[in-house]
Amino acid sequence: MPELKFEKGKMVPVPSHSIIPERDLGHAPVLECSHLGVDFGGLRAVNDFNFTIGRTEIAGLIGPNGAGKTTVFNLLTKVYTPTRGTILLNGMDTHGKTTVQINKMGIARTFQNIRLFSNLSVEDNVKIGLHNQKKYSALEGILRLPSYWKKEKEAHERAMELLSIFNMEYMANWRAGNLPYGAQRRLEIVRALATDPCLLLLDEPAAGMNPAETAELMENIVKIRDKFQIAVLLIEHDMKLVMGICEGICVLNFGEVIAKGTAEDIRSNPTVVEAYLGKKGAQAC
Amino acid sequence: MKRLIIRKKSRKNFLTYGIVVAAYVALMAVMAAGAMPSAIQGLLVPMCAYIIAAVSLNLTVGVLGELSLGHAGFMSVGAFTGCTAAMALANSGMPSWGRMAAAVVVGSLLAAAAGALVGVPVLRLQGDYLAIVTLAFGEIIKTVVTNLYIGIDPQGLHFGFLKPDIGLGKGGKMIVNGPNGISGIEKISTLTAGFLIILLCLVVIFNLVDSRSGRAIMALRDNRIAAESVGINATKYKLMAFVLSAAMAGAAGALYALSQNTVTASKFDFNTSILILVFVVLGGLGNMLGSIVAATVLYILPETWLRQFSDYRMLIYAVVLIGMMLVTNSQKVRTLLGKLLPQKKTKEKEGQGDA
Ligand SMILES: Nc1ncnc2c1ncn2[C@@H]1O[C@H](COP(=O)(O)OP(=O)(O)O)[C@@H](O)[C@H]1O
Ligand SMILES: [Mg+2]
Repeated sequence: MPELKFEKGKMVPVPSHSIIPERDLGHAPVLECSHLGVDFGGLRAVNDFNFTIGRTEIAGLIGPNGAGKTTVFNLLTKVYTPTRGTILLNGMDTHGKTTVQINKMGIARTFQNIRLFSNLSVEDNVKIGLHNQKKYSALEGILRLPSYWKKEKEAHERAMELLSIFNMEYMANWRAGNLPYGAQRRLEIVRALATDPCLLLLDEPAAGMNPAETAELMENIVKIRDKFQIAVLLIEHDMKLVMGICEGICVLNFGEVIAKGTAEDIRSNPTVVEAYLGKKGAQAC
Repeated sequence: MKRLIIRKKSRKNFLTYGIVVAAYVALMAVMAAGAMPSAIQGLLVPMCAYIIAAVSLNLTVGVLGELSLGHAGFMSVGAFTGCTAAMALANSGMPSWGRMAAAVVVGSLLAAAAGALVGVPVLRLQGDYLAIVTLAFGEIIKTVVTNLYIGIDPQGLHFGFLKPDIGLGKGGKMIVNGPNGISGIEKISTLTAGFLIILLCLVVIFNLVDSRSGRAIMALRDNRIAAESVGINATKYKLMAFVLSAAMAGAAGALYALSQNTVTASKFDFNTSILILVFVVLGGLGNMLGSIVAATVLYILPETWLRQFSDYRMLIYAVVLIGMMLVTNSQKVRTLLGKLLPQKKTKEKEGQGDA
């Protein structure tokens, strides 16, 4: 694992062995899933999913393709309605909530197949993320009242500040759909952060990135957690990234949790090795 | 390849305002000089109405990204309600511009109500239901208006449906007369009013697009799931764009009706809806200036220059349509045009854009 660098150096790097970081003790978990499940016709895409994430924990969700990882994200964000089980966010039940309400309650996400507002500029993509942060009415906008100029200025400044996490300010006027692949993934993270979440869900954030980009992304995920003091749940196939920064890892296979624990636990778990990593993969770690 | 850098929209917006104002000044100058052919003079206000209709439909199709096949239906609502309002106020002593303004306001409010009626149930759904429902809406409005009877007497307005006998008292007068529509309309809409409404619509659309709500609308167009994931209420913003678009179409309808002697329901049929959609598609989705140019050219041409081709009129019209499609949508033709234009200018512009 590469050494983590912190710009401001105010946070202590969390040892990657503890499931719940020390500073979380005494806090309620940000997310608690119990017996969560969903069926698509006869297919049990996710079944009996139990998982807890600490307030500023970086957690990983891994498993072979088709295991149901993205489906878990879609359940958490209510893109799909769970067939069974409950999801508690900051101790509050999310039953019956819509995707929009879930975002307002504090979950933001990125998508495995990138979903940017590709005809709009990078800055506008981030400003759309700020939709519920810098509010003014449509009439105020059409009439260009003072509140419009004030909020737009705030939104612009905040968008630039957020883009600076990934040093993307110079791309502000680029068309989002024309960004390089890696930058598109980073922009999705920035847009999600703009909604001021307490839990950030990243669906394969390193997919399509080269090793250098992935290493930088690892640093940045930790930096984001430290700076914003939020929890991160990420789906990733890059074992270096998962083992490197995730404090708690959950392994899914055919919609069922087959292992939970620290990177060490997962690496040495024979079920996981068999189901997912393969013998060679296990040696590589 | 699409443009890599998105330039500030404000420059294009000001260009659009500028062209509209310049066109108005030019037309007024020609008319003041008495050089305007009478055949064209009568087409100018309807042309404004079609421009407004095209620009407003572009809000639904280009900015919101939903297909509407019944835009003429909203024009119809605006035309008949607005015209009724203007005629009801005929003896009120109001100046003609006041009655016209009242007609436009009434027309756009009722068209907005119709837009909400259609939009509330349909825009909740995901998928292309709006196209089907607006198509049906256009036909329903046509049938309703064909069977609608409205008259006025000293007691006030009288309404009837299917039967012409609406119990008008002494001194009563029919306004909307079923299949015959409204006749004997006082032509009170003016070119100045037409251009003012065009400018107003442009200001509303441009300011909306470059604001929080407009970005939400475009976010829904580009990716609904992502938009909802960042907390944008899809139904609210879709409805906002659609109702605004319907209101503007209503204003266009009222303006149009008050420039004609007679309007009937069949004037605002499916063909008219498609004609407006053609203006929008050929002018470019989301491109308001394009809609204005397309509406102007494609409305004026068949009525004037193409008349000389008599039977071949529609054939030439089709060729013009295809030609415009090539020009606006083909990258090859655009690059070619770009080469023909003076190089210096484009370079200058690019320099400014990067700064
Ligand atoms: N909307 C859906 N309808 C039916 N089946 C689905 C749907 N979404 C996902 N699935 C199925 O659920 C399983 C898990 O998919 P997914 O969560 O995308 O896997 P992954 O772990 O690779 O992200 C797959 O078999 C997939 O085909
Ligand atoms: Mg997936």
